[in-house]
Parts: sequence; structure tokens; C-alpha cells
Amino acid sequence: MADHDVLVLGAGLAGMRAAISAHRAGANVAMISKVHPVRSHSNAAQGGINAALRGTDDSVDSHVFDTVKGSDYLGDQDAIEYMCIEAPAEIISLEHMGVIFSRDEEGRLGTRAFGGASSARTFFVADITGQAILHVMYEQIIKAGVSSYEEWFVTELIIEDGQCRGVIAIEMLSGETRAITAKAVIIAAGGVGRAFEPSTNALICTGDGLALAYRAGATLLDMEMIQYHPTTLAGNGVLLSEAARGEGAYLLNSKGERFMEHYAPKMKELASRDVVSRSEATEIEEGRGVDGCVFLDIRHLGREAILTKLGYIHEVARDYAGVDVINEPVPIRPGQHYIMGGIKTDVDTRAWDVTGTAGWGGPTGLFAAGETACVSVHGGNRLGANSLLETVVFGKRAGEVATEYARSISDFKISESHLKDAKKRMKAVADRKDNGLMTAAMRLEMGQTMNEHLAVFRNEEGMQSALAEIRAIKERYSTLPIHHKGSIYNTDLIFHTELGYMLDVAETIAASGLLRKESRGAHFRKDIPDRNDEEWLKHTTARLVNGVLEVGTLPVTMTRWEPQARVY
Amino acid sequence: MQAKVKVQRYDPEKSAEITFQDYEVEVPNHFTVLDTLVKIREEVDPSLALRCSCRAAICGSCAMRVDDQARLACNTRLASVVEDGGEVKIEPMGNQNVVKDLVVDLKLFWDKVRDIEPYLQPDVVPEEEFIASNESMLNLLTPMGCIMCGACVSDCTALEVDKSFIGPAALAKTYRFVADPRDDKTDHRLGKMNSAGGVWDCTRCYMCVEVCPKGVAPMDRIMQMRDSLMESGVTNTSGARHVKSFEHSVSNSGWLDETMLAVDSWGKFNLPKLVGNLPLAFRVLRRGKFPLPAPFHHKVPGNKNIKRIFERISNAKH
Repeated sequence: MADHDVLVLGAGLAGMRAAISAHRAGANVAMISKVHPVRSHSNAAQGGINAALRGTDDSVDSHVFDTVKGSDYLGDQDAIEYMCIEAPAEIISLEHMGVIFSRDEEGRLGTRAFGGASSARTFFVADITGQAILHVMYEQIIKAGVSSYEEWFVTELIIEDGQCRGVIAIEMLSGETRAITAKAVIIAAGGVGRAFEPSTNALICTGDGLALAYRAGATLLDMEMIQYHPTTLAGNGVLLSEAARGEGAYLLNSKGERFMEHYAPKMKELASRDVVSRSEATEIEEGRGVDGCVFLDIRHLGREAILTKLGYIHEVARDYAGVDVINEPVPIRPGQHYIMGGIKTDVDTRAWDVTGTAGWGGPTGLFAAGETACVSVHGGNRLGANSLLETVVFGKRAGEVATEYARSISDFKISESHLKDAKKRMKAVADRKDNGLMTAAMRLEMGQTMNEHLAVFRNEEGMQSALAEIRAIKERYSTLPIHHKGSIYNTDLIFHTELGYMLDVAETIAASGLLRKESRGAHFRKDIPDRNDEEWLKHTTARLVNGVLEVGTLPVTMTRWEPQARVY
Repeated sequence: MQAKVKVQRYDPEKSAEITFQDYEVEVPNHFTVLDTLVKIREEVDPSLALRCSCRAAICGSCAMRVDDQARLACNTRLASVVEDGGEVKIEPMGNQNVVKDLVVDLKLFWDKVRDIEPYLQPDVVPEEEFIASNESMLNLLTPMGCIMCGACVSDCTALEVDKSFIGPAALAKTYRFVADPRDDKTDHRLGKMNSAGGVWDCTRCYMCVEVCPKGVAPMDRIMQMRDSLMESGVTNTSGARHVKSFEHSVSNSGWLDETMLAVDSWGKFNLPKLVGNLPLAFRVLRRGKFPLPAPFHHKVPGNKNIKRIFERISNAKH
């Protein structure tokens, strides 16, 4: 008998939303996460969540178009329509759960302006929106009594006859390895920021879900689309929210000029993130930066507004850059932040092709939602505040569809060989002899390579060298030992495994970057700087075929919007 | 800068003993305690276990005791706790069971939070959003800013001696709902807080306010709930009677009548409690430390001015 109807891998916003949705649909559901749910990286999202809720100058169509344009026309328009149509109801649902959204003078939900949006449609809680929503979602998990495997680290998906049957996981507290079976598995394990150095991402963002799905035969989509956020701190790479720009912040170069006026005459600082990041990188490259940075200036917003609406930014700049943003501009630069690509799913979050004719594959019974997935709603570039939206809309959908799927299939028992073989593989790694290789040093090498060649500006030579470098590190990784041999809370073992995940995903990023012979969205090639709709209005795919990485393409779904020149 | 980092080690697989291990480090001046521990873990000792994630004081994973005070490792500059060439002590959080090294079992913490029904409970849910003023939402920003790191629970002196105390984190979380205009269980929540282990068991030691990295100030939230209870006339607890007796004797005589404070708190007619404390009374009397109650409790000169202060505060409040 399967342990659960639905197992959710990851307990951040998308994961918890999926679990609540499955629970409400009557499923026997459990979450499994390597950290306590509220430690998930969703808590670091700051700016807000988009919806065309109401308003005379806003509409769902406008939200859809902004998102399509923001994606540089690579987003699948049917998925984007679905997300934007569902958005208003989800915001209300979150507010009913207890999120303390900001209000207007009439006591109704209030909005702020945000990047790439033609209308102010970002609902927010100061600059801690992610934390505010995540904690409320966890309150709902407590209320519903959804069970979770807390601090369990998944090492494999169990696949039998092309069907996903559950996971192999280590209970971190005891070091015991177990098989947990489920009729449906939803992956909501976030992005892979730590494959880059620096990154805004937490240390736990190591692409676990992406690699697990990839290794199980799922298709990864648009992996070259890596978002570099315009305003990250120079030191530890921590994020300063777009909310600052939403509230009216300026970006200044070393001459004190608002340089965005040249690059995006209309939207200026609130152009899409890839445009802003490229502008900053250009200013810095052309000598108008200071120590590799430009400046974020919010002095003119005033002390009151800063402390009320941007309190966390004030705290972060003070604690990590030694700058009081009330009185000084703070040095910032583009930093890795988010991946638009991910596990390919259909609009109903399935990670396999139900039709059987669309030319992509994945194990049946596998679902994905949130940053981990690529539906694709963000295409080549994500608009700020669309990520929080994506997590709850598709998290909810995944819970519903996975429950339906679980009901449609019969119960099963898996072969004992899965767990036995998994343990054998783990033992082989644990038995490796010391050879001087260190996990952290290899991760740093990979991170620096990725940040150099797969960042804001790319070219053929750089990406080739990155791919070669990643493959060389992978070779060495196959001999990397585990230094700490204990069972209880062995983080050395965890980091070792995570490095493997990151290397697999990094390889798909580099390979996809080389495949796309144009510039679109966040993928900007100095050797091919123009967008080529005729040949490249398609998604890139990366998949393991007989253990070897194969890249390919898939068509983009267009409903109503033809690609236009993308000017901000 | 250079520093000696003394880290508490515990590995139940190896030994039941708790030991300290010294690491000599050389790190950049801007390094945080977390940066330092991660460097030790990555380059020197991969067996060191600690929780950490965001490095930016928002996930709440890395709370630990640095030189005997709970803080987040990620927003504590090493240079702020140790001089060049000095020593710093790192231990896991207090009041919880240690799993390994700096990793504790947060069961006590989460059990307390779960017990207070930490989710919005409105009686009627509208079609669209609840109408609520921005002021009321901004007022909730402070308790909502809690990242559940456990620092307050770690250093709570009341919890140290009485694990039945609900604790600062769960109490601050209760306030978050009491103060939310959309929640309709205020009386029920305050009622729970008014009973054993609740708001009146806080000793006002201020540790939680001092160690909270997010300015939640749990003690202040606890006091706000005490105020709410007393203002709504719920005064049949020893804690509330304690407050009233305090106010009464100081405003009338200018100083505290300690004996009446004890009697009033227990309850003037609480015979079993009064009789039960007679041995204590005799011991105190024998040592010559028995404070004389009214009518021997005299008024201090100038006590009328103290009364005026009380009146001025009362009027200002209302």
C-alpha cells in the first residue's frame, strides 16, 4: 500500500499551498522538506504579489500582456492567461487566511507600482511580503493538521515502469534512509541559486527538485533563462527589493546620473529586470560604476516612508553594507536571483505529456509548481511580484490535479530493490577514500564559473568554457569523498549530495545557453545580440536520454499576442 | 582579524558528554559569526552541525548563543563580539534539547506555538477582502515580523524554571491575533492567556526584548495583553490582583506595602494559601525582615505628589 496519495517535495509557498489544496480535496497528503517549512526560501521574497484585482485602469488582459511582454514573448500565453485570471481570487484567499496586506484609505487592499507593470497591481506587506504570506500559509497548515516529514532529505525519486512512485529520503535527525511511497509526487523545491556565486538565494537553494526530476527522465525547459536581479548587495549578494524602485527609488551611476533614462525612457527604473540589469552592467563596464557597483538612492522617499514600507531594506543595508539608506545611496549590482526555466509542466502542473504527442516526456504521476517548474509563465524574464503569484496559483492547481490523478490509479507496492540499491549507492560514496578534494571548494569553483559566463552578458566562448569547466568538476565530483562519517545530522553528506544536484543542473544551463542562438529576455549574447523570432521563438529543452544530456526545442503557445519590439 | 572560536560540541553517537572545541580562525573584518562558522565547517571541520539558510536575518534558522546571549549568527558581526586576537563562545540555544553540536530540537518551541491556535479565526468571511484600516495592519507588522527563530524562548528565564509557561514567542503570536480586527476569538484567546502558564507568568526580565533580532519585543506584547485583560475587567487572577495591589499601595502611601501585596495577590480570603504561607511569614519575621502591613504601613512625605502622577497618567490614557 502506498504511504500517501500525494507527497509534496518542498514546503515553501508552492509546496504548502499544494498540500492545503490536496488536503481540502480529501487526499492523504504529506509534505517532505529538508528544512522546517518556515525556513523555506519563500520567506525572502520581499516586494509583493501581482493581481489585476480591480481598478479602472487595470484589467486581467493588461496583466497578461505585461507578463507576455516581460517574458520577451517566450512565455506560454495559455499558462499566463490562466495565472492572471486566477490571481484576483488567490489574493482574496490569502487575505482571508490572514495575510496583513497593506490597505488604501478606504480599508481595501492597496497596491504599489512594480517593474514592467503598466498599472500598480502589486499587493504587499511592507517589504517582507514573502515572509508574511509564508508564515500565514504555515498557520493554515497547522489549522488543517497536514503532516510533514520535517528535515528529511530526498536523494532519489522512485520510478517504476515510467511511473513516479515516491521518494528515497534520509531522516536527518537519525541518518536513517527510507522509501516513502505515494501515488502522486509534487515537486515544489525551488530554484538553484547556489550554483552561482554570489546569489541572493539561501544556502538551501541547490536545485534538488530540478536534478531529481531531470535524473528521473523529466524535461527541463529554458534552463538558460537565469534572472539577475538589478539590486543586490556587493558583499554577500543579499537582495534589496524592487519595492524600493516601486516606491520611487533612483538608480545612479558614478556621475550621479539616473542612467535608466537612456535605456528605458518610459519606465526607467521600473523596466523589466533583464533590461535594468543589462543597463547597470553596461554602465559598470563602460567605467561609470564604483568598485563594480552602481547606486540605489531612496533618500528622497523620506525617513517615515522608508521605515514603514522599506524597513527590511533599511535593516539589510545597515547590517550588511554599513549604509543608512535614509542618508546615503547604497552600492548595488546585478546578482543571480531566480530561474525562469525549470521542470516542464503543462498548465495543470503535470510534468509528463498527457497527450503523448507533444514531443516531450517525463515520469507519469510527477507534478511540479513554483520556481522549480516552467509552465512557462515567465518565458525569458520574470516580472517582479509574479513569482509569489505563481507559487500560490500553481501550488493550488497541483494539489487539485495530483489528488485527482491519485484517485484515478490503483494502489501499488514497490519492489524492495529501490531502497536496497539506493543504500548500496550511498555506501559506495561513503566508502570513498580521502583524496584532498573538498566539497565547498568545488561548489565555489562552479559558482564562480557560472557567474562569469552565464550571467548578464554571455558569448559562445564563455559558455563553451563554462560547460567544459562544469563537466571537469563533475568528473572530479565522481571521486569526491564524504569527510564526516556520522549518522546524526550529517550536513557534510547533505552538502555532498547537493553539489551533485547543482552540477547536473548547471550543465543543463550551460548547454541550453549554447543552444539558443539569439538574445531573448535574460539570455543576452554579445555575439548574437538580436532577438530572432523567425528561428528562435521556441523553448529550449534539456533531458537525459540513456544517461546523456540531450538538448532540443519545443514550440511556444501563443493565443492572442504576436511578438513585438520590446521597449520600456 | 584573528579569533579563537570556542564551539560547544555534542555527538550522541560518539559520547554523551558535552565538550568545547577551539578553532583558531583568520577572517575578513566584515565577517559575521555565521560566515565564520561556515568557513570552519567548509575548510576545517565538516562534522560541525549547525542550521543556517538565508544569511540575511529572515529565515530564522541560525539562532544560537554567542557569549551566553541568543542571537542570529548571520547578523552578528564577529568584530562586534570579539576583538582581534580574542575569544568568543558559541553554544546552541537554551531551553531546548541538543540534537548535535549547535542543532537543537525545537519541539518545545513549536508545541507552544501550535497550542495557541495560531491561525485567523473570523466568524464571518466576506466575499471580497475584509475592510481594515492600514493603521491596524501596520500595527501587526511588529508581531508579524517574528521569524520564529527561537532566540526569545532560548533565553527566557521563566521558561528555564517552568516549562509550562507558554513562552514569549507563542505569547507574541497570540497578540498578533488579538490585535487583528479580523479575528473574532479575542475573548477566547485572552481567556487562555489569563490562565496557568499565561501572561501572568512572565517575570518581566526583559531578556526576550533584548535578544529578539526583529524588534518584536515579546514582553511588550505580553504587557499589552495584560492591559487588555484588566481593561476588560478580567481581574480574578493573582497576577491582576498583584498589579492592582501594587498600584493601590504606591498611589496611596507613596511606596509598596509588600505584605499586603502578597496577601492581595494570593487573595484576601484564600485561607489555604494564607495558612500555607504562615511558616514563610514566621521565618521572615524571625529574620527581622517582615514589612509591616497597614495600618502600620505609613505614608511617605510628599505622597500626595505621587498620587498626582498617577492621576495625570490615568487622565492622559483616557
